Amino acid sequence: MATITPALDTHDHSHDHAHGHHEQTFIQKYVFSTDHKVIGIQFLITTILMLMVGGALALAVRWQLAFPWESMPLIGRVFGLFHGEGGQISPEFYTMLFTMHASVMIFLVIIPVLAGAFGNFLIPLQIGADDMAFPVLNMLSYWFMWPAIFCFGVSFVASGPTAGPGNGWTSYPVLSDLAAAAPSSGAAQTWWLFGLTLVGVSSMMGSVNYMTTIINMRAPGMTLFRMPLTIWSMFITAILQAFALPVLTAAGFMLVFDRLSELLPTTIHSVFFVPAGIIVNNAAPTVGGGQPLLWQHLFWFYSHPAVYIMLLPAMGMVSDMLACMSRKPVFGYKPMVYSMAAIAGLGFIVWGHHMFTSGMNPALGMTFMTSTMMIALPSAIKVFNWIGTIWDGNIQFNAVFLNCAAFVALFIVGGLSGIFMAAVPVDIYFHDTYFIVAHFHYVLFGATLFGVFAGIQFWFPKMFGRMMNDKVAKVHFVLTFIGMNGTFFPMHLLGIAGMPRRYADPYLHGYLEHLLPMNQFMTISAIIMGFAQFLLLGNFFYSIFRGQKAGRNPWGANGLEWSAPSPPGHGNFDVPPVCYRGPYEYSSPEAEALGQDFILQTTAPPAGVQRVAVHH
Amino acid sequence: MKKFWALFFWFWPLVALYVCLIAPSRGWWFPSEPLSTLGHQIDGLFYLILIIVTVTFVGTQAALGYALWKGATKGSSQKAWFSHGSHKLEIIWTIVPAFVLVFISLTQLDVLADIRVLSKFPDSVQNSPVAEVMARQFEWRIRYPKPGTKLMNEPQPGDLYFVNEVHVPAAVPTMINLRTQDVQHAFFAPRLRVKQDAVPGLIIPVWFEIEKAGEYELLCAELCGWGHYKMKARIIADSQKGVDEYLTRLELEQNEDGVADAEASAE
Ligand code: HEM
Ligand SMILES: [Cu+2]
Ligand SMILES: [Cu+2]
Repeated sequence: MATITPALDTHDHSHDHAHGHHEQTFIQKYVFSTDHKVIGIQFLITTILMLMVGGALALAVRWQLAFPWESMPLIGRVFGLFHGEGGQISPEFYTMLFTMHASVMIFLVIIPVLAGAFGNFLIPLQIGADDMAFPVLNMLSYWFMWPAIFCFGVSFVASGPTAGPGNGWTSYPVLSDLAAAAPSSGAAQTWWLFGLTLVGVSSMMGSVNYMTTIINMRAPGMTLFRMPLTIWSMFITAILQAFALPVLTAAGFMLVFDRLSELLPTTIHSVFFVPAGIIVNNAAPTVGGGQPLLWQHLFWFYSHPAVYIMLLPAMGMVSDMLACMSRKPVFGYKPMVYSMAAIAGLGFIVWGHHMFTSGMNPALGMTFMTSTMMIALPSAIKVFNWIGTIWDGNIQFNAVFLNCAAFVALFIVGGLSGIFMAAVPVDIYFHDTYFIVAHFHYVLFGATLFGVFAGIQFWFPKMFGRMMNDKVAKVHFVLTFIGMNGTFFPMHLLGIAGMPRRYADPYLHGYLEHLLPMNQFMTISAIIMGFAQFLLLGNFFYSIFRGQKAGRNPWGANGLEWSAPSPPGHGNFDVPPVCYRGPYEYSSPEAEALGQDFILQTTAPPAGVQRVAVHH
Repeated sequence: MKKFWALFFWFWPLVALYVCLIAPSRGWWFPSEPLSTLGHQIDGLFYLILIIVTVTFVGTQAALGYALWKGATKGSSQKAWFSHGSHKLEIIWTIVPAFVLVFISLTQLDVLADIRVLSKFPDSVQNSPVAEVMARQFEWRIRYPKPGTKLMNEPQPGDLYFVNEVHVPAAVPTMINLRTQDVQHAFFAPRLRVKQDAVPGLIIPVWFEIEKAGEYELLCAELCGWGHYKMKARIIADSQKGVDEYLTRLELEQNEDGVADAEASAE
């Protein structure tokens, strides 16, 4: 308790500053808002739109792989407008497509939708606070996304009409370092790096806020082990961000410095990543003693933890939703917390598994292999506990539950394919083939995105006071699930067949020619899946205005957020919440005594039983 | 409808398994048997992991489907099982997978050492690369030492050059020096199961033993620019005699002037 009271005081103080005047203009209320709920929804809508952009880029990639060098319908016209190639994809353009597809999906969709949208919306509500610790910083974290989007946007055209950034989302030097190395390595690459850095600034502002808020602003009685797993996951993710991001930012600046001398008349001239004697495109040999592998180490030191930044919050949210939809407590709450912590800890010592073929010291390879194998363990524990959570539950087969079940089913595939790649000798064959592409789409699309779909439908009533249509959501689920597996499962087989990733035309190589029909099947699946997302968009925007009205607690869930009005007003709670129990007491005897199968964390126990201050 | 969903989650893993089962017969599998000694070891490890992973996949998906089925057939009046978990189960499903994962790691170590640890390379190839393979956008430049001399890191007068074709002896361990002139590339010979990045500034020795004489694809596996996909080359494995003859021919071609060439072709 002692930690809680002063925190509440200070917050009330800042609250007065930030929202003292209640007649806010439209701009203050909906545009430059400091309300975490508005910011969360801004993030959500922005990321859903970016999802469609990233999806269009993906379909263009798939088009080329299924119908190489043929004019693209529809989208091709649009691209053709400023690329002037009659809708045909050129090899440079192809490198831009997969680079920007990945960059948009990772930096403008997955990371901001989890931490930015759900983190913002849910953290204060689930811990019983009236806003974030630093509301203005929170607002800035959203508004820094737009300069980032702007920079990524400029990067498309900065190097002239045919060359957007094309060096992969990993942007390995020397290719990404020397402007002469490729048409895409000019100004486009620099703008891309600026965009990346700005996304990092945005994430860092969010991360500081989440940590502070979760530590300081929990409602009375909300002990650490009464926090929903969503909060635990957001907390652990924020810590990951805080420790990993500075490394990426530093690496980004190093690369920018390496590049600046070529682009601006400046005295800065570094060669962090460029060794001496490199001759690109008949330019003069480079001078300098840099190390390209340094970038890989720095990049993956961030980007491996980042793949968990792209997953952990979804894991937490799915745990909440599975418990609610199975009307059962989460199986093994503490093991779930500890395994998330273990994933985060181990996540810092596995980055080298992306570099098994890079020529680094083989002794390091062995170490990284062992740590990588061990990170599969907490993942496995979580899967078992999710199945345990559903087991013998009173399952509500709605779209929320189905998307969560898909999360578990598909995460299993992604986790298991990871084991092949963790085994160095096997990875030597699989590295940079479609097997990798299959792996990360099962974890990022199969797990994270399905978790996000579920989360959107689950918390929608809290966001807008209305329900999304469950039937439409189910059709969306089935089409997406089938499309997803049709698109990505065969990628495992392509990888086994030795098809490298990032090839504009794999069929140039005789041993891959016969894989064309399979690629066409995959592209058709991807198109179905892509168009199915219009159902999500339609359902989302239609339901904001026309959905069935929802009360405070439409799902019969336990979290503090469900004791607030839907949507919660300014300051969230009409009655300051006090937390009396854990978040998962579905079907508990206590609940039954009330004649229901849930019991809100705020429901006071019968008179005489005083448990507010109990810590365990 | 509830049962439909349970069946749905049972059904798709079956489809996935079926696709994997028929994959080899449809050509959706390795391009061929491994054709190098290390390749056999790599494939062996792959199949070991494949078995473990398949068992896990079937077990977990079946359990998930069963949990759904139980939920679907539960009468709505029956209440959910109120349980916060089981200490015993947690211990079992922590220790068993931990054991399996450590086991998998241990099985990899020897092969990894054979592939990568310089001091474990076969004696016959230690310090005696047959050629330097220099990647550049977007081709492979091969440099052989003048017959009878050793390959030096710096080009020597008398070195022999060729593009996009590497000749190496079959049925004996062979080592090449891998380099890049410009950006990063990767040396990928799918049938030999060999892959190694060519890193700017480094000279990386790569060894393999091709079992039979023949022609094997060589391609680039690290994004190196727009032409990445077309770095197509061949590795030609031949008897030592055949390789020597090739090099002699190459030396002749490279050293003779046009007149002699014309004479040679006139014969
Ligand atoms: C079960 C635990 C996991 C293991 C053992 C594992 C292992 C690996 C390994 C060894 C690689 C590198 C392969 C290569 O490039 O040769 C890799 C790549 C990757 N993994 Fe995982 N992984 C696991 C879980 C995850 C999760 C949960 C995510 C994301 C949410 C993820 C996302 C990725 C991504 C994005 C890449 C590819 C990056 C790139 O090269 O573009 N992985 N994984
Ligand atoms: Cu990783
Ligand atoms: Cu390449």
